[in-house]
Amino acid sequence: MKLYCLSGHPTLPCNVLKFKSTTIMLDCGLDMTSTLNFLPLPLVQSPRLSNLPGWSLKDGNAFLDKELKECSGHVFVDSVPEFCLPETELIDLSTVDVILISNYHCMMALPYITEHTGFTGTVYATEPTVQIGRLLMEELVNFIERVPKAQSASLWKNKDIQRLLPSPLKDAVEVSTWRRCYTMQEVNSALSKIQLVGYSQKIELFGAVQVTPLSSGYALGSSNWIIQSHYEKVSYVSGSSLLTTHPQPMDQASLKNSDVLVLTGLTQIPTANPDGMVGEFCSNLALTVRNGGNVLVPCYPSGVIYDLLECLYQYIDSAGLSNIPFYFISPVANSSLEFSQIFAEWLCHNKQTKVYLPEPPFPHAELIQTNKLRHYPSIHGDFSNDFRQPCVVFTGHPSLRFGDVVHFMELWGKSSLNTVIFTEPDFSYLEALAPYQPLAMKCIYCPIDTRLNFIQVSKLLKEVQPLHVVCPEQYTQPPPAQSHRMDLMIDCQPPAMSYRRAEVLALPFKRLFEKIEIMPEPPPRPAPPTSGKKRKRASEDIPDCKVLKPLLSGSIPVEQFVQTLEKHGFSDVKVEDTAKGHIVLLQEAETLIQIEEDSTHIICDNDEMLRVRLRDLVLKFLQKF
Amino acid sequence: MPEIRVTPLGAGQDVGRSCILVSIGGKNVMLDCGMHMGFNDDRRFPDFSYITRNGRLTDFLDCVIISHFHLDHCGALPYFSEMVGYDGPIYMTHPTQAICPILLEDYRKIAVDKKGEANFFTSQMIKDCMKKVVAVHLHQTVQVDDELEIKAYYAGHVLGAAMFQIKVGSESVVYTGDYNMTPDRHLGAAWIDKCRPNLLITESTYATTIRDSKRCRERDFLKKVHETVERGGKVLIPVFALGRAQELCILLETFWERVNLKAPIYFSTGLTEKANHYYKLFITWTNQKIRKTFVQRNMFEFKHIKAFDRAFADNPGPMVVFATPGMLHAGQSLQIFRKWAGNEKNMVIMPGYCVQGTVGHKILSGQRKLEMEGRQVLEVKMQVEYMSFSAHADAKGIMQLVGQAEPESVLLVHGEAKKMEFLKQKIEQEFRVNCYMPANGETVTLPTSPSIPVGISLGLLKREMAQGLLPNAKKPRLLHGTLIMKDSVSSFQLVSSEQALKELGLAEHQLRFTCRVHLHDSRKEQETAARVYSHLKSVLKDHCVQHLPDGSVTVESILIQAAAHSEDPGTKVLLVSWTYQDEELGSYLTSLLKKGLPQAPS
Repeated sequence: MKLYCLSGHPTLPCNVLKFKSTTIMLDCGLDMTSTLNFLPLPLVQSPRLSNLPGWSLKDGNAFLDKELKECSGHVFVDSVPEFCLPETELIDLSTVDVILISNYHCMMALPYITEHTGFTGTVYATEPTVQIGRLLMEELVNFIERVPKAQSASLWKNKDIQRLLPSPLKDAVEVSTWRRCYTMQEVNSALSKIQLVGYSQKIELFGAVQVTPLSSGYALGSSNWIIQSHYEKVSYVSGSSLLTTHPQPMDQASLKNSDVLVLTGLTQIPTANPDGMVGEFCSNLALTVRNGGNVLVPCYPSGVIYDLLECLYQYIDSAGLSNIPFYFISPVANSSLEFSQIFAEWLCHNKQTKVYLPEPPFPHAELIQTNKLRHYPSIHGDFSNDFRQPCVVFTGHPSLRFGDVVHFMELWGKSSLNTVIFTEPDFSYLEALAPYQPLAMKCIYCPIDTRLNFIQVSKLLKEVQPLHVVCPEQYTQPPPAQSHRMDLMIDCQPPAMSYRRAEVLALPFKRLFEKIEIMPEPPPRPAPPTSGKKRKRASEDIPDCKVLKPLLSGSIPVEQFVQTLEKHGFSDVKVEDTAKGHIVLLQEAETLIQIEEDSTHIICDNDEMLRVRLRDLVLKFLQKF
Repeated sequence: MPEIRVTPLGAGQDVGRSCILVSIGGKNVMLDCGMHMGFNDDRRFPDFSYITRNGRLTDFLDCVIISHFHLDHCGALPYFSEMVGYDGPIYMTHPTQAICPILLEDYRKIAVDKKGEANFFTSQMIKDCMKKVVAVHLHQTVQVDDELEIKAYYAGHVLGAAMFQIKVGSESVVYTGDYNMTPDRHLGAAWIDKCRPNLLITESTYATTIRDSKRCRERDFLKKVHETVERGGKVLIPVFALGRAQELCILLETFWERVNLKAPIYFSTGLTEKANHYYKLFITWTNQKIRKTFVQRNMFEFKHIKAFDRAFADNPGPMVVFATPGMLHAGQSLQIFRKWAGNEKNMVIMPGYCVQGTVGHKILSGQRKLEMEGRQVLEVKMQVEYMSFSAHADAKGIMQLVGQAEPESVLLVHGEAKKMEFLKQKIEQEFRVNCYMPANGETVTLPTSPSIPVGISLGLLKREMAQGLLPNAKKPRLLHGTLIMKDSVSSFQLVSSEQALKELGLAEHQLRFTCRVHLHDSRKEQETAARVYSHLKSVLKDHCVQHLPDGSVTVESILIQAAAHSEDPGTKVLLVSWTYQDEELGSYLTSLLKKGLPQAPS
């Protein structure tokens, strides 16, 4: 059993597990941090961005100035943004039988895999994962296709040229695998290959393996997976949370007794406490608005935004923000808000109870009803008529490279009254801001990552006791920026096996058993040979020594044995003691039986009748196996 | 002999009071816990004393499963759990869990407040009862205990209705509850995989009916409503608050919009608005089309349908009113019916099945003079129409489901005996499986032969494979191993005898035989041994025969030594020594050697 590691990003995993002759892909994460190397795509023509100077080599050679632009000392690729795909060469992806998706953030590379590798299998995911995943993909495609950019840069990717570029471009990995965004057609085709599953549903794969999704507590419909045969169990833990937010709590008990636990998707900000961050988010937001400034919150259209809106719902009135408009701008804003209300079965207990009343589980329904929260597909259209300042805008994309957020960065960046608050942990906020420098607006970093931290992980591992832990190499050492923090790594016994991109790991399995089924009734015995003649011939046949006699166990109590002998007509039995046991003598028959604790030896003349009689008497005292 | 036993306490050759006891693999499960709409005495609830007369029900039942929220499937639940006493788990889907307590409360109010019944369950009992409910997802495998598992499948019929598979080891039963095999305007069709249960317990409300196309029925319905409204008449449609109500509302709403009608449509009681809200929040349980478009247009937000007020019933002019309950046995629908019954311009449309004893059943069977409370006689002049919109599978649908699940046998409940008889024959003919239709209190026993899962040690399996023969179903082969039962009854291990001894911490007892075989041979012992060797070598071609340097001969692990006879120099003694495991070969060798050796070529 082997694990092929196709992604180097610990929270956007993509692994392939070969398990009992099935090939199972675990998640399909798309590393979008590559887009940070590109210039933003402005919705409205931006003179600042289009007038950035081209970059030239130290020796003045400017042959790259069409592709690379410089902004405040950083160099960016001026092209359609590209994403870093999972490894496609390590294993023939057309042999993948199934893909298991754990949450909507971990399926963004799906169209690349299902549409371009000859994949013919099935994808399994929960309904909320598919619906919200579709929204995320739809938004992404929309953001990029809305601003068509003719230019596609490729010169800089040449290895010899890349070497000459400044950091971080110089250090960007796997640039040859970077690809442009997929189309909506590819998204639809990829999603049509998904089969919906529910938590704790047992799915049989070819009768050899059973896979089961379990609630992971991180997002609507997010799951961990159990992959097991009758005697082997792999737990795949990805993006899990023990905090009480909106999703159903994590199912830990079912992870017990795993032979191997693959652990991915831990918090990206292990030092930040999500609750504290939410508090800081609210107070910074209030402060800015009270001073007449606008607040920009770059975010995904689903997930943490539901929790933020819920906090604001409770906070708005007490903070005196009742008259401040909140805008949520995304091509899928409406769908996201509507979908969040219909997944009662996937929500935490409190929210379920509300649905039973029946009331919408999320209070943003009320925010919308009272007109405090308004949503728009984009800044064009109705929004421009309704737009009032100061206000709070939630919009994407958190990388600040495309989407309506680019417009607000350009619009509000010059005033120190305004604030941008980063809540999504996927992108370094400094890198995200780089192409907007110099910037006057305030920047607050409140990353909210509810996934497991290292303290919770070590508690979890103690609880579920896997035999072996497998995780990305990043988790087996402290983060590079905090190399003294030995507490910010996985600590378990035996030490976790680590993997990195493009590595193949042999999983330590000791298979001891295989399942068979037996019938309750014994099979009919072969009919005994009828005629005496035949029987004789049978006894003359050379016996097949492959037919094994049972093993024996137990010991023979001498006194009882002698009594039995006498009862069966042996009259001259004599017993002698020896160092290790006894010798029973049958003088007339010249037979000697040595009895010891663990052995019996019958020594006799060639009298088969007598020998068989003695044998059967001895066997009466022993157990057969 | 293992067996599955099924006893209906209700719904045996009857509709109403669904309650079926199933014993499978040593587990007892109760399927549904309904009330009977046709009775007002003790007979309205199942007779739980059948389970036990004086013990707690909890000790005799492993779990209770509720298929959907209709009262004939869950109406007795608070009585059963709080008044008779049951504390075990009660399983149902999320929408059922949400809606069930509301309908129970409604039922309680009618019984206690309107009819003044004493000794009925209270609101608090409904709450306490619902605390024992465990909600299940579709297709989730719920482990009730280590051995009993249940799984829900989509059943259509009403919001949240489910079929349940009950499984212990390799034995299983599927209970359909009520289901619908054709998608309608708001729900999808029931579906089950080829799970091959030992027994399928299916409803058979429409055992003999094969319904015409749904489109025709809908057109017919709309035509009748339209005509009545055009001539200024009033249309009463008795419905239950959840289920057909939403279906017909969607139908009328779209028709009103298309034809641009102005006559008002009302929906009685506050419950209905609430009901529509449930449909909005549980939209994932509705059909594909509604789910797909709900963001743009939620089908359960009606523009033309308004809330009804009691005073509206006396308004002049045409109107359409949906009123509860559906069988005209009590409540608002009955009140309106009494007001409108005398006018031949009006119409009542019964869109579903009516249980015997209800006013609905009476007018459908042609009765036009009804005796009401206080010896009043009500003459029915209004038109009475019956249009089957109940979301039950018809005969074709039932056959379809049997074909889907491929059960070993079928058991019919929730239908009338005569109609069941017909369907029973049809199922037995078409699928060649046994079909049962027990009456209430009658037990059906099905013998089963479950297979026993066993873990075979890879060592033993490999030893077997090493013999080079591939398994052949036609040629059984003996495999020697030891079956160990460890920890729990359900975990058997099949291991080699050596491993079994080791795991049990037992020492092997060696049983060895040494036989003296006398041979006439005056040559030296070594030569005798050599002759023995060459003889055996020639006879035992398939065995490993060796002549060891110390002069002894071995055949496999059997040792043969030649010794001189202490008294007779012309005789040699062969000592043949083997262990019990080589019994056959050892015995064979002694008899072979006893016959003497062939003359050596001199």
